[in-house]
Amino acid sequence: MKKYSVFAVAREAMRHHTGWTRAWRDAQPKKRYDAIIIGAGGHGLATAYYLGKNFGITNVAILEKGWLGGGNTGRNTTIIRSNYLQDPSAAIYEKSRSLYETMSQDLNYNVMFSPRGVIMLAQTEHEVRGYKRTAHANALQGVTTEWITPARVKELCPIMNIDGPRYPVLGGLWQARGGTARHDAVAWGYARACSDMGMDVIQKCEVTGIRAEGGKVVGVSTNRGDIDCDKLGMVVAGHSGHLADMAGFRLPVESVALQALVSEPIKPCMDIVVMANTVHGYMSQSDKGEMVIGGGTDGYNNYTQRGSFHHIEETVRALVETFPMISRLKMLRQWGGIVDVTGDRSPILSKTPVDGIFINCGWGTGGFKAIPGSGWAMAELMAKGRSPLTDAFGMERFREGRFIDESVAAGVAH
Amino acid sequence: MLNIHCPNCGVTAEETEFHAHGEAHLTRFGPGASDDDFESYLFMRANPKGVHFERWRHQNGCGKWFHMARCTMTLEIFGTYSAQTTEPPQDILDRIRARRPDWNPHP
Repeated sequence: MKKYSVFAVAREAMRHHTGWTRAWRDAQPKKRYDAIIIGAGGHGLATAYYLGKNFGITNVAILEKGWLGGGNTGRNTTIIRSNYLQDPSAAIYEKSRSLYETMSQDLNYNVMFSPRGVIMLAQTEHEVRGYKRTAHANALQGVTTEWITPARVKELCPIMNIDGPRYPVLGGLWQARGGTARHDAVAWGYARACSDMGMDVIQKCEVTGIRAEGGKVVGVSTNRGDIDCDKLGMVVAGHSGHLADMAGFRLPVESVALQALVSEPIKPCMDIVVMANTVHGYMSQSDKGEMVIGGGTDGYNNYTQRGSFHHIEETVRALVETFPMISRLKMLRQWGGIVDVTGDRSPILSKTPVDGIFINCGWGTGGFKAIPGSGWAMAELMAKGRSPLTDAFGMERFREGRFIDESVAAGVAH
Repeated sequence: MLNIHCPNCGVTAEETEFHAHGEAHLTRFGPGASDDDFESYLFMRANPKGVHFERWRHQNGCGKWFHMARCTMTLEIFGTYSAQTTEPPQDILDRIRARRPDWNPHP
């Protein structure tokens, strides 16, 4: 792999950029791997990367039925934060956020991590109490957040109307080192690093069956032939239920559509991320100047990658009230992604009833922020059989009643 | 936007009048049931790609519950029917088979 640097740019500038090579090899499937990861999105690639980096397991294939990062990795609103209430969530999300801080250097790939700060607005008395509680919990967990006053909110985000007719801003939960990153670059950076370690990133390779003998996985069947493996990681978000079905077990997961939209680009007007949970909307400004807006999920099962128009209307109506200046913006694009939501709105990182198969799913509406932490923990789980970060996230927690209740995981009430 | 027919009051309206409440025809397990059955009833879901039977309520209308057969891949609604049943009626199954000849009900 050629290292990217200012010197490389200068060198290539002298020879008309003829020396750049592919960021990752176009690999063909081998007969056998030590580990196979299904799903070359952020979480799958991160899992493979940390398997290699932390545990030296590099005979790994990452199978992707479409193209790399073409699922929810390319469909989110790129928000990164770790201000969760429950201890297990705070641990894995803060691990993730801290890995984002140095990801560009680690991967030698600019993921444009921008720790611009995230506010979660409190617009009802209940939210005030809730967020003060979260701020206290975060202090105990070692996550740096603070409760801020309406005046400070206005100072951080001058375009906000804090005296709103319906929902005045009563304060906010501020995480100064939260922010955004370039979502595609996260997938590309991991893919390049994995390929460099000798792993095979195989696109357009759809898993059509899972082969097990005596309760232990022996390989997968794909549209490009059978591939054997010792360990199998399923990291496929919305389609987890479908894969679990192939392996013969069920998941406490339902798939629904979550939508987002972006406006035409405008001059810089907002240099933080704002989430308004009561009114169901969150917004940030991308580096291109587009206002990136996310809303709530639809209420019914859906695999179509498109959602209901009235949910967009609801989100935009609420945001116009909080940010009056966006009322005349034109919207450029709108899209939907399929998110896998569990009973307690927390993810599953777990062994499964089939020996050698591990599953990472259920990130629901908040998966992007968790990519490096999820990969780090999943790699440890696959390599060693357990990880302190994943202990609480096993799928047996539903039977045992040990929920990790994060009903505000998306910053919206589900 | 789904256009939904309520079998209770006969109104056909947009989905904003209705609210979805998840998978239908779950067998309810209570006190005395095994852990497996209770977990399955509370949390495990078929979540199919394709034909899905689900519970809906005419929330901003007559307020009554009913069931719907819908495709999660295309959002096509095959039909709605009374909630006072433990399995989909024959006319709904016929309509699904007419539209999806290779459909296999989830075991």
